[in-house]
Amino acid sequence: MTAHLPILMIVVPLAMGLASPVLAMLSTRLTRALVLLSAAATLGCAAGALQRTLEMGESWSYWLAGWPPPWGIEYVVDPLAGGLNTLIAFLALVTLVYAGPYLEKRTPLEKGTFYALFLLTVAGLMGMVITGDMFNLYVFLEICSLTAYALIASGGRRATVAAIRYLIIGSAAACMYLLGLGYVHVMTGSLNMADLMVLLPPLMADSPVMVLAVVLMAAGLGIKVALFPLHGWLPDTYSYTPAPVLAFIAAVMTKVAAYALYRIFFFVFAVAGPVSVTLEVMGWLAAAGILFGSIMAIAQRDLWRMLAYSSVAQVAYIVLGLAIGNSLALIGALLHIVSHSVVKGLLFLIAGGVKWQTGLRNIPEFVGMARHMPWTMGVFVIAAMSMIGLPPTIGFFSKWYLILGAVEAGAWVFVAVLIASSLLTAIYFFRAIEFAYLKGKKPEEVPAEAVLPARAGLELPVRMLVPILVLGVGVVLLGLFNEQLVTNVIQYALPWRLP
Amino acid sequence: MLDQGIGYYLTGYLNWWLIGVLFLVGLYGVIVKENLLKKVMGLNVMQVAVILFFLNISQKTDTVLAVLGAGEKAGDVVAYVNPLPHALMLTAIVVALAVTGVALALLLKVYRDYGTLEEPELFRRMQQ
Repeated sequence: MTAHLPILMIVVPLAMGLASPVLAMLSTRLTRALVLLSAAATLGCAAGALQRTLEMGESWSYWLAGWPPPWGIEYVVDPLAGGLNTLIAFLALVTLVYAGPYLEKRTPLEKGTFYALFLLTVAGLMGMVITGDMFNLYVFLEICSLTAYALIASGGRRATVAAIRYLIIGSAAACMYLLGLGYVHVMTGSLNMADLMVLLPPLMADSPVMVLAVVLMAAGLGIKVALFPLHGWLPDTYSYTPAPVLAFIAAVMTKVAAYALYRIFFFVFAVAGPVSVTLEVMGWLAAAGILFGSIMAIAQRDLWRMLAYSSVAQVAYIVLGLAIGNSLALIGALLHIVSHSVVKGLLFLIAGGVKWQTGLRNIPEFVGMARHMPWTMGVFVIAAMSMIGLPPTIGFFSKWYLILGAVEAGAWVFVAVLIASSLLTAIYFFRAIEFAYLKGKKPEEVPAEAVLPARAGLELPVRMLVPILVLGVGVVLLGLFNEQLVTNVIQYALPWRLP
Repeated sequence: MLDQGIGYYLTGYLNWWLIGVLFLVGLYGVIVKENLLKKVMGLNVMQVAVILFFLNISQKTDTVLAVLGAGEKAGDVVAYVNPLPHALMLTAIVVALAVTGVALALLLKVYRDYGTLEEPELFRRMQQ
C-alpha cells in the first residue's frame, strides 16, 4: 500500500470527486462524511510520502503502470513536492470543513457538484506538484483550472462574468505553456523532467528555439501566477467567488503555478542560457508588482478586493525570490509559498466569516467588529501581523530570508522594495484593524446604529470557527518552528544541497 | 526532390509561418475583441495552432505512420513518423473540447443573466 502513496494522493480525491454527485443524490450526510474522509486520506498519503522521501534522503520516483521513464509517466516525490502536497491537502481539508454551513441550504445536486469540483481541483493541483512529466503537468493544470472556473462561477451573476474572463486568459496561458513545451520537445524529443535535465543544458547556450520556449513558458505560467502586469484576472475573480472556494483557490492556485515556474526554471532548465535573463526581467516585474499591488490595496474600501490586490503583491514576493536566486532568497521564496498559502487562506476564511455573520464587506463598516466577533478579529490581527511581517509569525521569517538574500546578492533596489512594501502592507491592514477596534475615532462621530453590538454566545458556526482558529494557531506555530521547517524540508528543496 | 525550390519552401517554411500566424490571429482575437464569444473563438484558434504545430513536428520525409498491419514486423525507428505528438494532441484536443464546453456553459449563463456578451455593455449593466 505504501508503495503506491504517490498515485493514491491523486486517485483518492479523483475517485471521490467523480462519485460524489451520485452519492449526494442518495445521502448528503454520507457524502459529506466520505468527502471529509477522502480529504483526510489524501492528507495522510501526502504526509506519508513526504516522510518516506525524507527518510530515504533522495527523491522517490514512482513509475505509472510500471513503465520506466523517459517512456512512461513518472511521479516524483521529493521534499519540495511532498511538502507542498501536504500543505495543499491540509488546506483542502480545512476549507472543506469550513464549507459545511455554506452548503446547508443547497440542494443535494448542488452539494454533490460542489464536492466533485472541489475534489477534482485538489486532484489537479496535487498532480501538478507531483508529476515528473512536462505534458502531464499541462493536463493537470487544465484539470485544476477548469474545475476552478466552474467553482468560481458558483458565486452568482458577477462571479460568472469573472469566471469566463478568467477562463479565457487562463486557457490562453495554458496554450502558451503547451507551445513552449512543443519547442522543448523539438529540441530534445523528451518530455520527462529528469531526462530533460540531462539533455537540455548543452542545448540552452544560444539557441533561438529555447529563447522562444522559455519566454512562452514564462508568459503562460506568469499569467497563472498573476505576476504584474498579467494579473488582470485576479481582482475581479477574488471579489465575487464564494468564501470557501476562494480561501482554497487564493491559497494554493497561484502558489502551485509559482512552484511549476520554480520547478521548470531551476530544475529542468537549470537556470541556463535565456532563463537567467528571463528571471531578471520577471524580478523587475515582480518588484513593480509588489509596489503596485500594495498601493492598489490601500485604495480599496472592500476587504475582499483589498486582499485580492494584496495577493498580487504577495505572489510577486515569491517570483522576486526566484529572480534573486541565491540560497537564502530561494529559501525565502519557498517559505513564502507556505506562509502566503496559509495566511491568505486564513484571511479569506475570516472575510467569509465576517460576511456570513454580518453581511459586511466594506472596511469602513467594520466599526465595533472586534466586540461583535472577538475571536475572528483576534485571528485577523495575527494574520495581518504575518502579512506585514512581524515576528513571531511565519510572514516575518519568509520576508527576512528574502531580504537577506537580496542583501547577499547586492540587489539594493529589491531590498528597498521589500521594506517599502512591508510599510504599505502595514498601512492597509492597520486601517482594517483600526475600524474593527475603533481606535482613534470619537464615539460621537459614529452613528450609534452603525456600531455592531457586542454579542454573547458563539460568533460563527463551530465548523467555520474551528478552521479559522486552527490556521491562526498554525501561522504562529509555523513562525516559531520555521527553523525546523527550513532545516528538515526546505533546504532539501533547493536545486543544490546546502553545505 | 524537396531539397530545393518551391517544394522545400512549402514544406520547410510556409507551414511554420502559417501556424505562427494562426497562433497570433487567435491571440489577437483573445486580446482585442470585445465580444466574449469572439474571445472564446480566438482561444480555439490558438489551440488549433498549437495542435497543428505538434502534428508538424512529428512529420519526417520518406516515412510511414507507426501502425503495423497484420503479420508485419516493426522496422527501424527512422522509418516511421514520430507517433508521440499525435498521442499528446489527442489529449490536447480533449482538453480543448472541455475548455470550450465550460466556456460555452458560462457564456450561456452570462447571456441569460445580463442579455449581452459585449464587454463594455456587460460592465455597464454590472454597475447597475
